[in-house]
Amino acid sequence: MKLSFSPEDEAFREEVANWLQDNLTGEFEKLKYRGGPGDEHMFPDERKVWEQKLAEGGWTCVGWPKEYGGRGCSIEQQVIFFEEYARAGAPGRVGHIGEGLAGPTIIAFGTDEQKKKYLPGIVAGTQLWCQGYSEPSAGSDLANVKTKARFDEEQAKWFINGQKVWTSLAHESDYCFAIARTDPDSVAHKGLGFFLIAMDQPGIEVRPIEQITGTSEFNEVFFDDASCGADDIVGAPGDGWKVAMGLLGFERGVSTLGQQMQFQNELDEVVRQARSNGAARDPAIRQRIARAHAELKIMRYNSMRMLSGQSASDGALQKEALIYKLFWATWHRSLGELAMDVLGPECEILEGAPYALSRLQSMYLFVRSDTIYGGTNQIQRNIIAERGLGMPREPKGTAK
Amino acid sequence: MEFAFTQEQEMIRETAAAFLAEVSDSAAVRRAMTSEQGYESTLWERICGEMYWQAIHVPEAHGGMGLGYVELVAMMEQMGRYLLCSPFFATVCLAGNALRIAGSEAQQAQWLGQLCEGSLTATLAFNGGSSRWDAQAITATWRREGEGYVLDGDYRYVVDGHSADLLIVAARAQGSTGESGISLFLLPANTAGVSRQWLPTMDQTRKQAAVQLTGVHLNADAVMGEPGQSWNDLAKVIDLATIALAAEQVGGCQQLLDSTVAYTSERVQFNRTIASYQAVKHKAADMMLRTEVARSAIYYAACVAQEALEDGPLAGELREAASVAKSYCSDAYFAIAGDALQLFGGVGFTWEYDVHLYFKRAKSSEHLLGNGAYHRERIACALLDLGEVD
Repeated sequence: MKLSFSPEDEAFREEVANWLQDNLTGEFEKLKYRGGPGDEHMFPDERKVWEQKLAEGGWTCVGWPKEYGGRGCSIEQQVIFFEEYARAGAPGRVGHIGEGLAGPTIIAFGTDEQKKKYLPGIVAGTQLWCQGYSEPSAGSDLANVKTKARFDEEQAKWFINGQKVWTSLAHESDYCFAIARTDPDSVAHKGLGFFLIAMDQPGIEVRPIEQITGTSEFNEVFFDDASCGADDIVGAPGDGWKVAMGLLGFERGVSTLGQQMQFQNELDEVVRQARSNGAARDPAIRQRIARAHAELKIMRYNSMRMLSGQSASDGALQKEALIYKLFWATWHRSLGELAMDVLGPECEILEGAPYALSRLQSMYLFVRSDTIYGGTNQIQRNIIAERGLGMPREPKGTAK
Repeated sequence: MEFAFTQEQEMIRETAAAFLAEVSDSAAVRRAMTSEQGYESTLWERICGEMYWQAIHVPEAHGGMGLGYVELVAMMEQMGRYLLCSPFFATVCLAGNALRIAGSEAQQAQWLGQLCEGSLTATLAFNGGSSRWDAQAITATWRREGEGYVLDGDYRYVVDGHSADLLIVAARAQGSTGESGISLFLLPANTAGVSRQWLPTMDQTRKQAAVQLTGVHLNADAVMGEPGQSWNDLAKVIDLATIALAAEQVGGCQQLLDSTVAYTSERVQFNRTIASYQAVKHKAADMMLRTEVARSAIYYAACVAQEALEDGPLAGELREAASVAKSYCSDAYFAIAGDALQLFGGVGFTWEYDVHLYFKRAKSSEHLLGNGAYHRERIACALLDLGEVD
């Protein structure tokens, strides 16, 4: 075990920090600390320009192999990049779904044609992606998707019909990757396909969902004979679940370090508030702030374990990776509650009508989604017990 | 950056686990814990003679193996897992670290040499009976007399204090307060004026003692470091020992998790193993989360401890790393022990099953060297910049 970085990596850190300092200025100044989770609706157009600025500097897709336009950074350098990015207060990435999810999936499972067609736009920061997984009847039970994909031999096209929900950034995106049923008589995770669908077409309607915050990052997406080409399916019809789940393996935790820097920014704000309003003298608040601080530190160490660990040969997540979502989501939710308790009765007062939330108020409300999306805390506990501890799987239900 | 065990470290851990599974089973633990000494001398001789654990992180110049704190922590984790009853923690993690941090060359040569030979057990006494484990806990006093020193005062919660051959004690200059005036002294336990009593404890797997010093006369060479200037050294020793103790707690967490999963997978009620109930699975999942998070905390703390011994770039993080690890591991171990007892049901409440040994150990380890609240307050002081709060 060794914690320090090599001199080459430290030089890389300086390069990243300098570039951000030189470029996150002028028209981009107002984007600092904006556009993260819970704030995705802010400055979408400016953040699209910022995405292209990053691409010019070679700072998109830093972990991708060079042959696909990436920077080919080592794990250590990716860690450094995400840390410096968050430290500089650089804005939430509008391209993160393409860079972190769509792209790696296409690299791993896609054809050469798909790679040529889709990867350059992601690297250039010009084409944005959204993820079409959840449906009204497929939440925790993701395999229960009802959206159907039908291949029309004459037109040599796939036609998609159905509805997706909780689709982040759908209204800003150029493409959607979605799972849909290629075999209409199939159930559960069999008979699915993984599709790459252009958003700008008459068969797609995006409707924003107004959230608990009064803002809308999430959307409903309706497919009414939306189409994509015969070549726009990743893997074979029926392989959709395998491709979708393979995607989880790409998230080895590098970006979690950037997420933690955002958490650190929020905790710093809570500490500032506590020190200025006197809450820092309250013994109960002191205990909670110290706990939040300690657990955020450990969250970082846990990510370092995830990154350093050898991948299990069967591709299964290691123990420290299995518990990670449950840990950070629960921590973040507690931070929201702590923030309000530090503010006291002042926590109620808005910045203005009709519903202008402060940064901490917005965080407090938005973190309630953390323990729900991407596998609820309850689903996470099932996964940990079944995959991590080998306890019996939940029985299949019979309700219609 | 490489935040995983090397192959060599894995081997040390596995060797320790295999050895302890054999020599520290339930019967062995129960034999040792019901004796006043608290450990079996024959086993300790095997550990020192065959395994050489007592010498693990002592520099080779003093007869040690010259390994690091990561290796020490890996072994402590296994000792906690198997509830090993031994004078290891007191001798190596308390007294051994004190000798390394505060001992003169001559003191190290003499005492670390004997420690590595396995012919000496030792401990550190500094707490006069406080729930705080900082300078304020030190109430015993020293004064000069001629070329030497005279010590008076009481200590409580001294790990293996009734059985150790060598005592390292902290005392303060008469009239001093806080972190000033603190000195460390080395004295054989049979020095005139030293009296010691075993304190029977709820957790029988680790022995505690009270020690009284009444007009104890020591020669000039008994003092460690500059008289009155030893608080920083002692603070470092306490932090290092705290990290080792947290590692031991993680081993206990893992054992409780494993045994609970095994038991609930066998126990059948309503024609199902109780492990198939979501209420049981979810509790087990929380136990695993706490165990893995605790493990991440101690691995980092172990790396920082190693840097502290080498004056590396992260040496300044020692205090925080110790508090982060001990606060989390203390609460995790006790929560897991409580959950394990609940999931074992009625048999978990019996003397026959081992759950109660861990449940009791969890509480005793929680309070030794500061519980979660104590360590969180240390973190809060640094973070909220309000200074120490009385």
